[in-house]
Amino acid sequence: MFPAAAKPNGVLPGFRLGLGYTLTYLTLLVLIPLAGLILMSGQLSWADFWATATGDRALASYRVTFGASFAAAAVNALFGLIVAWVLVRYPFPGKRFVDALVDLPFALPTAVAGITLATLYAENGWIGEQLATLGIRIAFKPAGIVVALIFVTLPFVVRTLQPVIEDIEAEVEEAAASLGASRWQTFSRVLLPGIFPAWLTGFTLAFSRAIGEFGSVIFIAGNMPLISEITPLLIISKLEQYDVLGATALAVVMLVISFVMLLVINLLQWWAANRHSKSRDGDGAAGAVALAGARP
Amino acid sequence: MKKLSGLLLAVGVSVGVFFAGGAHAQQNLLNVSYDVARDFYKDYNPLFQKYWQEKTGEKVEVRQSHGGSSKQARAVADGLEADVVTMNQATDVDFLAEKGLVATDYAKRFPDNASPYTSTMVFIVRKGNPKGIKDWNDIAKPGAVQVIIPHPKNTGNGRYSYLAAWGYALKQPGGNDKTAQEFVSNWLKNAPLFGSGGRDATTTFMQRRIGDVLVTFESEAELIAREFGRGGFEVIYPSQSILAEFPVAIVEKVVDKKGTRKVAQAYLEYLWSKEGQENAANNYLRPRDPEVLKKHAAQFPPIKTFTVDEVFGGWSKAAATHFKDGGTFDQIYVQK
Repeated sequence: MFPAAAKPNGVLPGFRLGLGYTLTYLTLLVLIPLAGLILMSGQLSWADFWATATGDRALASYRVTFGASFAAAAVNALFGLIVAWVLVRYPFPGKRFVDALVDLPFALPTAVAGITLATLYAENGWIGEQLATLGIRIAFKPAGIVVALIFVTLPFVVRTLQPVIEDIEAEVEEAAASLGASRWQTFSRVLLPGIFPAWLTGFTLAFSRAIGEFGSVIFIAGNMPLISEITPLLIISKLEQYDVLGATALAVVMLVISFVMLLVINLLQWWAANRHSKSRDGDGAAGAVALAGARP
Repeated sequence: MKKLSGLLLAVGVSVGVFFAGGAHAQQNLLNVSYDVARDFYKDYNPLFQKYWQEKTGEKVEVRQSHGGSSKQARAVADGLEADVVTMNQATDVDFLAEKGLVATDYAKRFPDNASPYTSTMVFIVRKGNPKGIKDWNDIAKPGAVQVIIPHPKNTGNGRYSYLAAWGYALKQPGGNDKTAQEFVSNWLKNAPLFGSGGRDATTTFMQRRIGDVLVTFESEAELIAREFGRGGFEVIYPSQSILAEFPVAIVEKVVDKKGTRKVAQAYLEYLWSKEGQENAANNYLRPRDPEVLKKHAAQFPPIKTFTVDEVFGGWSKAAATHFKDGGTFDQIYVQK
């Protein structure tokens, strides 16, 4: 019916319907609420907005929120890669069970996660007790926030990497090895470029999910002003005082910082994907040969 | 695809249940209330239903909604059709009065400041009171003890604790706002963490065994005993404390629209009846009725209390001075 429009979509019809639906859906669910938020914060004078957004407790809370989120996403990027690799590449008994475990943090109410973690990591908890003998305290310290966020965001990196690692054929590694690449070279020059974009996506998802996390964090954070208060807690705190405008001011700041960070990461990802596909199109085999040539 | 259709089915079913649930012909009331009033109203509603049926022959259904007090008030302001609100702080009802949903003189429409029962802030200490805690000044000495409280800015429980400590300091010889701020500042420095809510603070103190003293509502002590056993802790009554009032009000707009004014009025009035007051005492809330209070005297040791109105000139003033941005709470933390 719409030959021109149907073309980019290939075999299946309904491109216009699909696009229309997508746009309406995103507008209703994302754009309108966010626009409302920004409009509402517009009721504040610039001076009030600035005073709220840059108060001492607010500034400290951005540091805590973004710092802890970054740390949690970084930890998950590293260990998520290992988990994904093991789950894809090695057969072992109970693999399905372990695989299912990865999704649990998604299913568990975050408050339950927070309370459980706080109990485990408190000084009389199973884990906290052991750490306390080493002089390490997790619960009710900023480190507790990172632990909660690691838990909540665990599935993102694993789940985004799994299909990509599955796509890499074992022959690629074998070819690299037979051409004389060291293990590290095989990993960094052959495997990593392929999984890097997905890896970054996983990191980004984990990071953005962590920024907004509230339920699990407040139970383990300790919530001390300037030290372990996250920005979502300050927003709730303002709502408790019926200071809705102040709350929207903080929300807008979070939104802007998150948006800029996500944009930067997306650009990085686009750049990485581009570079990778170029080297693949051009001389995938030549790369391997060059690699081999580098070694005697 | 299977997942999706399952999800759609679940949504469909719950929407259906929701609408079916709302489509009752008999008179029904919605009581929007704070979190820990759950047990109280679970016991109270059948008492009222029985009373109402005997009196008028009508059946009345009472539905409950519980949540954080200010969240609940906001929900009502946003259109949750509550016939009555039963809150744990005047701030929340004041907010509804400001929005024109509740009469501005709601506190005078029922006896006792429209608060059918009261409570006060007390100390929970470890068995045998190893730190010898007797009064507010024992827990405000720099570094002497670890104090557990919920967040003073975000929770009703924490705000009452904060104002109780402040009021105590004011009432000491030579007490003024400056000495009170210093007192409260020292007291807060003894807090290693702030619980996210009253129950969270209790769990931290009782289960995770952090801290030497938990400051909380007197009524919470009984719940701790039921949950953790009576052997593990002691309740200490300070020389004086704050009177916590739990205001109730009719949501004028809703009862007029639904035609439920009479039954809503009766529902709240009955809180002051002997049965209602007994129910309060059974839930460890101090009844207003002197006779009922006397009957349960063993449960409620006498304690000198001051009200928020007396010492702070009402909740809205207290909130503006202490809990708004830049208020005394922020000052204590930011001016280090």
